Amino acid sequence: MRTDDRVVPLGTLRPGESGNIVDLSGGRAFVSRCLALGCTPGTQVTMERNAGRGPIIIAVRGTRLALGRGESMRLQVRKHEPKA
Amino acid sequence: MTAHRQRKRVIVALAGAPNTGKSTVFNALTGLRQHVGNWPGKTVEKKSGICRRDGKIFSVVDLPGSYSLGANSTEEEIARDFLARERPDVVVAIVDASSLERNLYLVCELLQLGLPTVVALNMMDVARSGGLEVDAAALETTLGIPVVPMVARDGQGISPLLEAIETVADEERRTPIAGPRLGDDIEALVARLDVLLPADLDLPYPRRWTLVKLLEGDPSVRRSLKAALPADAWERIREVLHVHEQAMLEIASSRYDWAAEAYRRAVSRPRGESISLGERADRLLTHPLGGLIAFAVMVFGIYWLMFSLGAPLQRWLNDNVVARSADALEGALRGWPDWSTSLLTHGLIGGAGLVLTFIPILAVLFLALAILEDVGYMARAAFVMDRFMHLIGLRGQSFLPLFLGWGCNVPAIMGSRIVESRAARLTTILVAPLVPCAARMVVIALFAAAFFGGAAILVSWSMVMMNLAVLALAALLISRFIFRGQESSFVMELPRYHTPNIRTVLLATGERVRRFVMLAGTVILVMSLTVWALSTFPSDDVEYSALGFIGRGLAPIGGLMGLDWRMMVALLTSFVAKEQTIATLGVILGTGERANGALKTELTSIMAPAAAVSFIALQMLFVPCVSSLAAIRQETRSWRWTGFAVGYMLMISFVVAIVIYQAARLFGLGV
Repeated sequence: MRTDDRVVPLGTLRPGESGNIVDLSGGRAFVSRCLALGCTPGTQVTMERNAGRGPIIIAVRGTRLALGRGESMRLQVRKHEPKA
Repeated sequence: MTAHRQRKRVIVALAGAPNTGKSTVFNALTGLRQHVGNWPGKTVEKKSGICRRDGKIFSVVDLPGSYSLGANSTEEEIARDFLARERPDVVVAIVDASSLERNLYLVCELLQLGLPTVVALNMMDVARSGGLEVDAAALETTLGIPVVPMVARDGQGISPLLEAIETVADEERRTPIAGPRLGDDIEALVARLDVLLPADLDLPYPRRWTLVKLLEGDPSVRRSLKAALPADAWERIREVLHVHEQAMLEIASSRYDWAAEAYRRAVSRPRGESISLGERADRLLTHPLGGLIAFAVMVFGIYWLMFSLGAPLQRWLNDNVVARSADALEGALRGWPDWSTSLLTHGLIGGAGLVLTFIPILAVLFLALAILEDVGYMARAAFVMDRFMHLIGLRGQSFLPLFLGWGCNVPAIMGSRIVESRAARLTTILVAPLVPCAARMVVIALFAAAFFGGAAILVSWSMVMMNLAVLALAALLISRFIFRGQESSFVMELPRYHTPNIRTVLLATGERVRRFVMLAGTVILVMSLTVWALSTFPSDDVEYSALGFIGRGLAPIGGLMGLDWRMMVALLTSFVAKEQTIATLGVILGTGERANGALKTELTSIMAPAAAVSFIALQMLFVPCVSSLAAIRQETRSWRWTGFAVGYMLMISFVVAIVIYQAARLFGLGV
């Protein structure tokens, strides 16, 4: 583990960027739904669409999920280094 | 269920996530020998059917789509309870081969529940075209249960699936399968809880499963256990759960570890990129602006179809079937008492019969929706609209049903089923009658043209805007205050696009049309007969009927809005159908029902422009019509919510109309 400033809310990733889920917060129902859809801690997610406002689309475990803006800020991810 | 078992029927449950082709498999297994109803006390569709093979009878139950047994939605709760309590003989897990890893999560849960499971590995073609080669035999070896590769849309794999079901059903009941283990920490916790739970406790669910669900924080399992245990015993368990709140993350992770491992062994060579996720269509359809435009075009297309195909058919039915049968009846019943003729022609045919002529329009709409659903577009529509719906306390899923309300509110209310969370669904249903439907536009058009000439369009437009503003406000207030703290989160799968399956689409359309016919034949029928009776007794002259009497009673309130009793009666009859107002005015003002010109002149002579505006506003916001109310009752399954809808709209409409008229008087405008 290097510096922790690479842990950011999922909603701040730009399209094409990816990271690994570190933590989920929010209501039990929300967390449970995310887990069932494959967003467990450690899982790699890739941002597919993020217009800066409104909902986002991510790719996770070979499927694509839409999350509301607020929801996307409740998942913390460790951002991958941009490819050189 | 027990009755079935005695007759040696094998109960087969189909479980699977949404968009895995579950309905297609169900239809292929049962053909048309299926029954569609509701799960007891729920508005979730229950489909069951019969399938025969080698003289054996299988009862097939199609469970609502669910991603897990976590009871995160009504659908999941129903599926979960059926599996855990009824314990079907065989569970068929419908798995989308093109997103295998995610789909195996549910399989893991099924195995942990100890159910005899067969995996139907569907959509093999989609996986292959996406560059995934799934080895069904390898998967079978890894999972230790039968795996049947399928392309259900083309009917491939149905027969082997039946064979596998039969084999599993025939097997001697083995000792319950333990299912995949959960990781050492969790297993230790389960053991600890097991000691704390009295050994002789009678549980509705399997014991080990109950303990795992407790650790996952499952609210309904928690509730039932809390009720079953003495306070101190529950307290000891609660303490353990409290310390290990994070257990749900570990449990889900361990299930996914299992799924990922099985995936690695079965998927032999993902060629190049994993799978073409960024489908080209979505570059446009989920684009913040392009997606909106595409959506608008699509909705316009639906309207165009409804009005170019459905509307002429409706007019034809109205002129040729409804009007003619009314005429024929009138002829045939000559010599009978007047009221009996009137009951049949006006009450029965004019009420429920009229509603039935809407079938062509609704059928076109339902067909278009079923296609969009089957193709996988709905989630995209919800995605592009979420930004806007969020502003009024709703989420993207509510947009489509509400939008469909422009034609008629009934499909909007019935279409709210696609909204997942109960709070959001109820909110959608409750505000749907505020969408200005076509029938109300007819009334506005008449009044605006009569009173405002050139400014008619402006007046109509402001009224529509007013309704939308009230809708937004009502949605916001209902979701903030009535369903406080139950805000639904927006987490949704964007399924892969599929070519629609004609059979699935037609069956879904037929089912929705059938529901509408049932509605018209029961609740709408009773309600329109009631309104007919009120306007016919004790005198068939509306003025002296019960309705006229009520109208006169309302005259004092009407006075505040600048309206006399005749206008109040006209308003009341809009309860049957919004456009009824015009017919009633024609009768009361003695201008005849069809002579629009005379009616306009007469109207301008009995009321001032300010009163006309207040009347239009009143008409726009007044209580839902009979058909809408029946739909609300059907979808909410509650007279309380139905009453609430009537109450709040009645209040808003009166308040707005009074404010408009009094303000106009105060400023001396148009009085």
